[in-house]
Amino acid sequence: MNPVNYLYLAALLFTIGATGVLIRRNAIVVFMCVELMLNACNLAFVAFSRMHGNLDGQIIAFFTMVVAAAEVVVGLAIIVSLFRSRHSASVDDASLMKL
Amino acid sequence: MSNAENLIALLVAAPLLGAAVLLCGGRRLDAVGHVIGTALSTLSFVIGVVLFADMLGRGADDRAMSQHLFSWIPVEGFQADVAFQLDQLSMTFVLLISGVGSLIHLYSIGYMEHDERRRRFFGYLNLFLAAMLLLVLADNYLLLYVGWEGVGLASYLLIGFWQHKPSAATAAKKAFLVNRVGDIGLSIAIMLMFTTFGTFAFGPVLGAADEAGEGRLTAIGLMLLLAACGKSAQVPLQSWLGDAMEGPTPVSALIHAATMVTAGVYLIVRSGEIFNGAPDAQLVVTVVGAVTLLFGAIVGCAKDDIKKALAGSTMSQIGYMILAAGLGPIGYAFAIMHLVTHGFFKAGLFLGAGSVMHGMNDEVDMRKYGGLRKYMPITFVTFGLGYLAIIGFPGLSGFFSKDKIIEAAFAKGGTEGWILGGVALLGAGITAYYMTRVMIMTFFGEERWRKSAAPAEPGVAPASGEHDEPHPHESPRSMTIPMIVLAFGSVFAGGYFSIGERFVHWLEPVTGYDHGHPPVSALTVTLATMVMLVVGVGIAYVQYGRGPVPVLAPRGSLLTRAARRDLYQDDFNHVVLVRGGEHLTRSLVYVDHTLVDGVVNGTAASMGGLSGRLRKLQNGYARSYAVSMFGGAAILVAATLLMRAV
Repeated sequence: MNPVNYLYLAALLFTIGATGVLIRRNAIVVFMCVELMLNACNLAFVAFSRMHGNLDGQIIAFFTMVVAAAEVVVGLAIIVSLFRSRHSASVDDASLMKL
Repeated sequence: MSNAENLIALLVAAPLLGAAVLLCGGRRLDAVGHVIGTALSTLSFVIGVVLFADMLGRGADDRAMSQHLFSWIPVEGFQADVAFQLDQLSMTFVLLISGVGSLIHLYSIGYMEHDERRRRFFGYLNLFLAAMLLLVLADNYLLLYVGWEGVGLASYLLIGFWQHKPSAATAAKKAFLVNRVGDIGLSIAIMLMFTTFGTFAFGPVLGAADEAGEGRLTAIGLMLLLAACGKSAQVPLQSWLGDAMEGPTPVSALIHAATMVTAGVYLIVRSGEIFNGAPDAQLVVTVVGAVTLLFGAIVGCAKDDIKKALAGSTMSQIGYMILAAGLGPIGYAFAIMHLVTHGFFKAGLFLGAGSVMHGMNDEVDMRKYGGLRKYMPITFVTFGLGYLAIIGFPGLSGFFSKDKIIEAAFAKGGTEGWILGGVALLGAGITAYYMTRVMIMTFFGEERWRKSAAPAEPGVAPASGEHDEPHPHESPRSMTIPMIVLAFGSVFAGGYFSIGERFVHWLEPVTGYDHGHPPVSALTVTLATMVMLVVGVGIAYVQYGRGPVPVLAPRGSLLTRAARRDLYQDDFNHVVLVRGGEHLTRSLVYVDHTLVDGVVNGTAASMGGLSGRLRKLQNGYARSYAVSMFGGAAILVAATLLMRAV
């Protein structure tokens, strides 16, 4: 099996996610872009797993999903409380730690 | 073998006890302070005489005594002991210091009678004696250094005794500071001795002196000379002596006759073996002596202040001693002999000057004296005998001792001998001149102190002149007796010492003696000295004896004005040392401010600037951190790929 097309797709998804993280201001969109990057990685893992004919990559992909789920729980909680305190979900507004 | 050596420590202990009791005793001792001080100093003298008698009872080579008191700093390889050594040289000094010192104590009872701090004064005097005795009795250079510093301290306290006068306080400080320069020389000399010989006791150091290299000995010798210059007021460290006249007159007598300035001569004669091995150092010593001899004499010629004229004279006479000490074994004994006779007549002269001031309301300007011989007959006679002794009138003390030094200077041989001898001879002439000047201005001529004789200013009440006119009178007996005793010494000491070269043979076991080969006969030297003496006295008589002496000093020649200002010694020091020092400190401050501070502040500022720039990276935007994260990850991946490709 040739994984090249899958990998192109994974790289495309990862690039879209990374660009979104860097240029978007809305915390929810940034968050979704992060998820996009994770899923790009998952796609690559699964493709390689298929190519090698073993299950290692698929197991790693499950781990990634578990971590992503946990991350979503924590991340959404932060975003919600941030929105409550400043009535905005812009990541640039949360810049209190600079001098 | 008697136990006389156990008495040595008492020589120092007696005046030291006196100083402690008088200075710690407080006001309840005010009434008896002077008695205690004088008694303890006399006790020291009596012990000295007992030891002297004991010493005479033994053979010439068996006379040196020593007493080990305790180990002061016992460290492996560094042994400093408090131990005394009493040989013929120390004995001579002990008798001079305690004898003349006691007479000056006695004199001070009368002189300081009206001073409310008299007890303290006697405490200081005793401290002075104790320090000086420690100096001459020490058997190692370190203990000598203790005495040396003690002398410096006591002189500081006494010169500045009338500290309420700013001039006295300044003079005391000046003496202390100038002496400190010399003390550095002594401490360096002691360190050099320790590195060279591994010890600083007299016996081992001087015994091994000829084994050390000449360069080492020259270095030690020059450092010792620097020390001697400080204490003995030799050029270039002479400037404190004239100002030291701010102290009470007995202090001047003590400093000039018995203690302090003689310490330098003692140091050089005591270290004779070191100088014998270092001809270059010896030459420098003689040059310093010769220069000071003329320097002091010239300054003495122009001063109108009777004490300052005598101070110039002391400087010049000590110059003679240093010159003699620099000549080596030819001169050591004569240096000490002149020191002793000088002790007599200079103490006598200073006490006489004090007596004159006592009767003249503390006036020191000789131009306001004149004709005092009628009013102070005893002072006149004793001062006159001291005068005849110092100018070297035949038969008196100065004649024998100074003549011998001039002879010894010629006997050094070669061109140096002629130059040194010539300078010494010239000095004798100038001595005769300035001492005659002092004598005539003080005791002869018209009575210039009478205010009523001066033409009355219109509008000034005549009564005011009568009010502060001095009433010259003879001093009390406690002052005249020391003067009489000292006058006896001035007259007879030199002759007594010289009969059969008694003094030379007495000191020979310590200092050695070498007769030398004088290029001219002793008689010629004596005759030449006499000619110089007559010329000096004659010129002084023509200038001051025949006509009236102006009450206000005339402008005078260039040389006179220079001599009045001590040959610009203070101006020289000011321009070269004070200004030089100021410029040095200023330039150092400049370097500190610009260079050192510049480097430190520059480092701090550049760090601050750098961190200010780095701070901008921390802008608080999560996205920019993310960029750096991505950038870093990209670089890592690229690097990994690159490594794999290679």
